[in-house]
Amino acid sequence: MKRWSLLLLILFLAALPLWLTAKYPLHLLIMVGIWSIAASSLNLILGYTGQGSLGHAAFFGIGAYTSALLMIRLGFSFWLALPSACVVAALFGFLIGLPALRTRGSYFAIATLAFNIIVTIIIEHWEDFTQGGAGISGIPKPHPIPLPLIGKIAFTTMAAQYYLVFFFLALTLFFIHRIVHSPVGKTYQAIRGGESLAESLGVNAMANKLVSFTVSAFFAGLAGSLYASYHGFISPDTTNFHIGFDLLIYLLVGGVATLPGPIIGAVIMTLIPESLQFLLEYRIILYGGFLILVVIFLPRGLVGLWRASLWPRIRMRFPANQR
Amino acid sequence: MILLFQQILNGILIGSVYSLMALGLTLIYGILHIPNFAHGNKYMWGAFISLTLVAVFKLNYWLAILLSMAILAGIGLLVERFIFRPLQDQPHINSFIAAIGLLLLLEGVAFALWGGEWQRFPFAYRQNLNFFGITITLHRLLVIGVTALLIILLQLFIKKTTWGWTIEAVAQDRQGAQLVGVNVYLVSSMAFAIGTALAAAASSLVAPIYLVYPAMGSLPLIKAFVVIILGGMGSLPGAVIGGYLLGLIESLAGGYLSMVYADLLAFAVLVTVLAIKPTGLFGKKAEGT
Repeated sequence: MKRWSLLLLILFLAALPLWLTAKYPLHLLIMVGIWSIAASSLNLILGYTGQGSLGHAAFFGIGAYTSALLMIRLGFSFWLALPSACVVAALFGFLIGLPALRTRGSYFAIATLAFNIIVTIIIEHWEDFTQGGAGISGIPKPHPIPLPLIGKIAFTTMAAQYYLVFFFLALTLFFIHRIVHSPVGKTYQAIRGGESLAESLGVNAMANKLVSFTVSAFFAGLAGSLYASYHGFISPDTTNFHIGFDLLIYLLVGGVATLPGPIIGAVIMTLIPESLQFLLEYRIILYGGFLILVVIFLPRGLVGLWRASLWPRIRMRFPANQR
Repeated sequence: MILLFQQILNGILIGSVYSLMALGLTLIYGILHIPNFAHGNKYMWGAFISLTLVAVFKLNYWLAILLSMAILAGIGLLVERFIFRPLQDQPHINSFIAAIGLLLLLEGVAFALWGGEWQRFPFAYRQNLNFFGITITLHRLLVIGVTALLIILLQLFIKKTTWGWTIEAVAQDRQGAQLVGVNVYLVSSMAFAIGTALAAAASSLVAPIYLVYPAMGSLPLIKAFVVIILGGMGSLPGAVIGGYLLGLIESLAGGYLSMVYADLLAFAVLVTVLAIKPTGLFGKKAEGT
């Protein structure tokens, strides 16, 4: 039954651009997709491995800058720049994880935050390389993919961009799903439960945390690369640590350590402020207040609420649904 | 030579801000083990409240600072009672996420109340003083003096009064303190109120030298985190010494290298120290999440 509902959901998402043709809703959906990828990447290290990184905006920004610079300076195609961006972000994740993951708890959060600020300052001031505060504009869209017989897939329309982002979101979720449900994923969750305890069972906590952090940076870089080419413009603000805070909010509101959590969070936290246009200026108040209330009253997010109390109740009332 | 002394004076001035911020942070960390990411925005609130009191209500500058400290202490009490106390028994990560929520909330409310523009503080002691060729405005000298006074007062409070002793007791051993009859909740409230008031004092003191704007707290906050990690989370002398040291290093680096490098320096030092000693220079034991 779960498989069917998943298939239905994919079909629904694939059919969405057929009747949702207006530009703005599609734009929102594309942004939701990009933020979902980034929040899912944070979910791997924070949700499943229990290491609260506050530096994910740096990996997002490094991915964005790498793919933009490769395309503009070296004339790389998007299809080569995107994996390169992911690899470079992962490399930074590995190098930063090496010292930062030796620390625990608040120290790790502060160390990653400091790293994030260093990245932003460097990108802002290394003007010869990154064009500094002016940012990089005119980042090209993906090249069309030639297909025999049918012609080619071009990425000029919003609908095509939408499919592109959702393809990568699905890919990200698939990989994270496989990781989490593999023995490695169980190891990560053991580390989250108690690092010393996991080590006493023979788990190499440092190596596992490092791999988790590197993979997480890889997907954050993917989100950044997609963002750069969709938006066409990036600046040092693209690496600002506030983006990392936003990802944290999506994750918390949706539900930490659940696969759909980051996506539900991204949908809600993107669409609610948009539908309350008059609140747009005070969005940050809403965000902050939401975050505090969620942490106090709903520490496992909306998905946690659904799984812990709503779904069991529905099942009790309609036993026929049970299989 | 004169440049060197000017830079040292500047370093002490910046160090005063870092010390007061780091003291508040480390006090809160020592009692509640929360990295209070919202501390920078309480700093910003302190400055805006003093500015409003002086500009709109035409209050005396020093009276405005005292009132601003009192208001921020009140906010600190509320925050401790309604946000961090309910989270006490939950995983540690929840408290620091709540602190980030509070950071955003305070920034948003400040934006709504006072707008996003950079504002000039309407009052300052502008007289110039001269010693042996070094020029310093009276206001800068007052900032340095009042900060030193506040640090001494806090030290006396903690070392010489019963209330101060309870703070130290809870910082050393929460359960032990509870066993001998210390009201742990009261101590937590007190630490939060004092820490927040110190942030308000720091920002109100230097507001006339710099400008007042909603994002003004983020750099001092992060520098203060650097200081308390280097000086040992929870250590008061570490916060004071570390604060002045970081101020001096930055000011000298800024004077002789460039300001950009000065800002980078603090973070680079932090990452390096954590790489070598993951619990900070004087940190005692690792903490779990």
